[in-house]
Amino acid sequence: MLSRTAANLFWMARYLERSETTARLLDLGFRNALLPNTGGGYRNEWSAILQSKGTLGQFTEKYGELKQRNVETFLFFDQENPSSVASCITAARENARIVRTALTTQVWDAINVSFQELKALQRRERSTLEVPELTDWTLRTASLIRGAIESTQLRNDGYRFMNLGYAVERADNTARLLDVKYYVLLPSVAYVGSGLDNYQWTTLLRALSAHRAYNWAYGGELSAAQIAHFLILNPKFPRSLLSCSIEVNEHLDHLARIYDRSSPAQEAARKLLAELAEARMDDIFDEGLHEFLSRMISQNAGLGQCIHDQYLTGEAR
Amino acid sequence: MADPFFNEMYGAEGLRRPYQRLEGWYQNMPSEFRALKQAEAEDLFRRYGITFAVYGEGGDPDRLIPFDMFPRVFAAEEWRKLERGIKQRARALNAFLSDVYDRGEMIRAGRIPAEMVYRNEAYEIAVAGFRPPLGIFSHIVGIDLVRTGPDQFYVLEDNCRTPSGVSYMLENREVMMRMFPHLFQENRVAPVDGYARLLKRTLASVAPEKCDRDPKVVLLTPGHFNSAYYEHSFLADLMGIELVEGQDLFVEGDFCWMRTTEGPQKVDVIYRRIDDAFLDPLCFRPDSALGVPGLMNVYRSGGVSICSAPGAGVADDKAIYTYVPEMIRFYLGEAPILENVPTWQCAKADDLKYVQENLAELVVKEVHGSGGYGMLVGPKSDKATIEAFAAKIAANPSNYIAQPTLALSTCPTFVEEGIAPRHVDLRPYCLVGRDIELVPGGLTRVALTEGSLVVNSSQGGGVKDTWVIAEE
Amino acid sequence: MILTVLHKTRYEFTRPVGGIIQSLRLTPAKCDSQKLLDWEIDVPGAVLGTMFRDGAGDYIQTVSVRAPTNHIEVTVRGTVETTDTAGILRGHRERVPPLAYLRNTVRTEPNRAIHDLTEAALDGQDTASPLERAHHLAAAVAEALPYMPGATQAHTTAAEAMTAGAGVCQDHAQVLIACAHLAGLPARYVSGYLNATEDGTPHEASHAWAEIFIDGLGWVGFDAANKCCPNEQYIRLGSGLDAQDAAPIRGLVLGGSEEELDVTVVIEAQQQ
Repeated sequence: MLSRTAANLFWMARYLERSETTARLLDLGFRNALLPNTGGGYRNEWSAILQSKGTLGQFTEKYGELKQRNVETFLFFDQENPSSVASCITAARENARIVRTALTTQVWDAINVSFQELKALQRRERSTLEVPELTDWTLRTASLIRGAIESTQLRNDGYRFMNLGYAVERADNTARLLDVKYYVLLPSVAYVGSGLDNYQWTTLLRALSAHRAYNWAYGGELSAAQIAHFLILNPKFPRSLLSCSIEVNEHLDHLARIYDRSSPAQEAARKLLAELAEARMDDIFDEGLHEFLSRMISQNAGLGQCIHDQYLTGEAR
Repeated sequence: MADPFFNEMYGAEGLRRPYQRLEGWYQNMPSEFRALKQAEAEDLFRRYGITFAVYGEGGDPDRLIPFDMFPRVFAAEEWRKLERGIKQRARALNAFLSDVYDRGEMIRAGRIPAEMVYRNEAYEIAVAGFRPPLGIFSHIVGIDLVRTGPDQFYVLEDNCRTPSGVSYMLENREVMMRMFPHLFQENRVAPVDGYARLLKRTLASVAPEKCDRDPKVVLLTPGHFNSAYYEHSFLADLMGIELVEGQDLFVEGDFCWMRTTEGPQKVDVIYRRIDDAFLDPLCFRPDSALGVPGLMNVYRSGGVSICSAPGAGVADDKAIYTYVPEMIRFYLGEAPILENVPTWQCAKADDLKYVQENLAELVVKEVHGSGGYGMLVGPKSDKATIEAFAAKIAANPSNYIAQPTLALSTCPTFVEEGIAPRHVDLRPYCLVGRDIELVPGGLTRVALTEGSLVVNSSQGGGVKDTWVIAEE
Repeated sequence: MILTVLHKTRYEFTRPVGGIIQSLRLTPAKCDSQKLLDWEIDVPGAVLGTMFRDGAGDYIQTVSVRAPTNHIEVTVRGTVETTDTAGILRGHRERVPPLAYLRNTVRTEPNRAIHDLTEAALDGQDTASPLERAHHLAAAVAEALPYMPGATQAHTTAAEAMTAGAGVCQDHAQVLIACAHLAGLPARYVSGYLNATEDGTPHEASHAWAEIFIDGLGWVGFDAANKCCPNEQYIRLGSGLDAQDAAPIRGLVLGGSEEELDVTVVIEAQQQ
């Protein structure tokens, strides 16, 4: 397949996944803001959320004070914010439009309709739009597109590149979301185990659509260690780092089979999987959760670069 | 009151046969239902992503070309004549091209002025003496036709380079079949969906001689910002070929290669939708980033085929156009089946004089213009416009040709109040490879404004599904 | 006369570039005035395509480097036997109709000064033969543009050269082409090598001149820079509409960078 096509599919998926994450973050912030003011962390929540996307500076430069309405606009509608839902969906649709021929009618339809709906949302009076409607719409749209991909795309190399995009992006996002909660959100260590702490954990799980799944898997008691385990090492949870890594490996293996040769990308992926498969929570906490997550984020980025060099430039002989 | 324009549905003798089964259809259609269907059609087009950016106007790149649901219909016997005429013309144009890049027999025979051909900007020195596979230069010939009476068809212009619009022919049919399936059960409409298969076969048939395998065919697009990008991607998809941009290809040794996830892959045939000037910065415009550096060398040494061939444009120039009937007589030894519109060339003193004296009755076009830009429709223009145009002609006569204002036929078209006659033209797409093929249909463009004769989509024209009723 | 050629072109890039592609017009074609005894092109590290002959009768070859590199060097070595044909191009196989060489490019588009120059040169020459008219034009161009290296650059157009009021062989050729077109004579740009000027002083060995089509004679070379027609001191490489179109090397660098160009050409007459 054309390298540029593979690149467009890979990035289309990344942008779609990213739009979902931004919406989840928005939801997380919104739910946290509903919490009565119990501590100094209250005002900082939005800043923590922006920090996790590395866009706090851009926001304050443009909007100044951290007003909820502005953050909502910034995260959902602002085309100048490259990770806003609107930017991501626009970019995903642009990538999709370029590789229209590599997508089934159903997938294109789902993406294109979502783009048209986004434009309709943009035209609506802002005061009639509440965060839950925006986030619900984004998550629904994301599922619709993902569903169309899963149920209609040929299982060829293009499908693999889309899924690689999804998995690489998702791992990055899970790591960042967890990092926000653990490292940034809580005003001080004193709050660990407090009501605020628990509330934030719950909202994080909710934002990841993992609230009920967690209850089923761990019996309903909230503990930082268990939640971290769930989001990092539990292979049953589709957004855990381990699940993403398994998926990356699976799709790279398929590519190696289709192309009848393996590549440095497989090696990098296998190394990451081996570490996650062996890891125990104790070790992770020993390293420091934030340090561990930072390392995962960087290794995952390196893997993305490997995939790029091997497949997306057309230079590898 | 006699209609000065031929109405294709209601002729002089009343309802014409090809439209017989459509009368009840529109008469029994409640207006709410019609509005509903029109909205449905628009929704379908938008969903398929068929949009059109108006050339040079900027604005919304996602604008839809208005689609009119009332089909334009031809009887089988009408189409048979058109088909013979179109294929004849496509053969003659190709014979002309392979002649002017070779020995120039028609010029030597004094049947066309040498200057008109060789001094033409579209004559590519780079391909002189080169014979493309099978001697074919123009593989997709779009011929613009208008009708003025039951048996009167005129060729308005030929398009030998990369005629666009065929995706509308295919999608208009798709949408009509989805919205009005019963119409297709009642009418025996000849299918057009074989076009992509034929196009692919045509392209594969002109693979270079060096190619000893199933030819790898690609479609070269200027990119997704191009107004016709939708069509490029649509056609590539239907043919099952890669849609490439210049950056996806590179030249090494004697061949052209494509960058793929498995490394470089050889390309045999390029269906290009970019202009000659941008094809290869090492041969044409050095600042072009759209093309493939070195491509013309590979092409001329027989390593890859380019469709249409660079230089094919010399056959569809508006000044050359007047000689097409002569080409048919010269190369094919046949009488032209389709007529040209009488044309005055302002480059000729006598013609210029006539044009200047009769501007108010004539349509004047730029020799190299397209898309309905830079033209004057005399009878529809006020005095000031005509005078301004006269000055432009006087300043550069050879840049203009003039034609009588034709009484373009009309076809019923949905308007606010029901249906009304609107002027139409027709562009069928003839494929020239090892065989010459023409699918029964084409793109009908309709001037949606009452009385307007300009059908270009860039000037507010719309499109219709074009039917050929199969033989009983 | 037997001429030997050693022509090296070296491009050095300040930063490594992603790749290079070039189209070479560096092999003389056989005609009555020249015969190749041996000829060789060497580009280390590059892939060379098979040479082919284009419609104008020139030999063309594609050269490409597809790996990052910081230089490329094209070396041409050869020996040619030349004959004086009084500038007339004979025995040259080509397919392009002369009328196609009446068109201008950006580089040969005439300005007022070129119009005036042409008019003045042909003043009172209404009965002159096309050949005589061509000679008048060449002489006028030589007169109007004193030879002065550095007055113009590689991309200078004919009109710009007229404004500069001086130039090198490239400018002489392009201005002469523009004049010839105004006079209704097909004309084109020729690139090649020159052994020495007629008076024996050594000269820049890479050279360019114009060819004008004269009915009955065919293409005739005019070297306005040296006020003569090409003779046995000249080797003809190829032709085009202007300097760029006829360039011996036309290339493109992927991932562009500042480049430094170093060209050395040594032409020598062999002792016999």
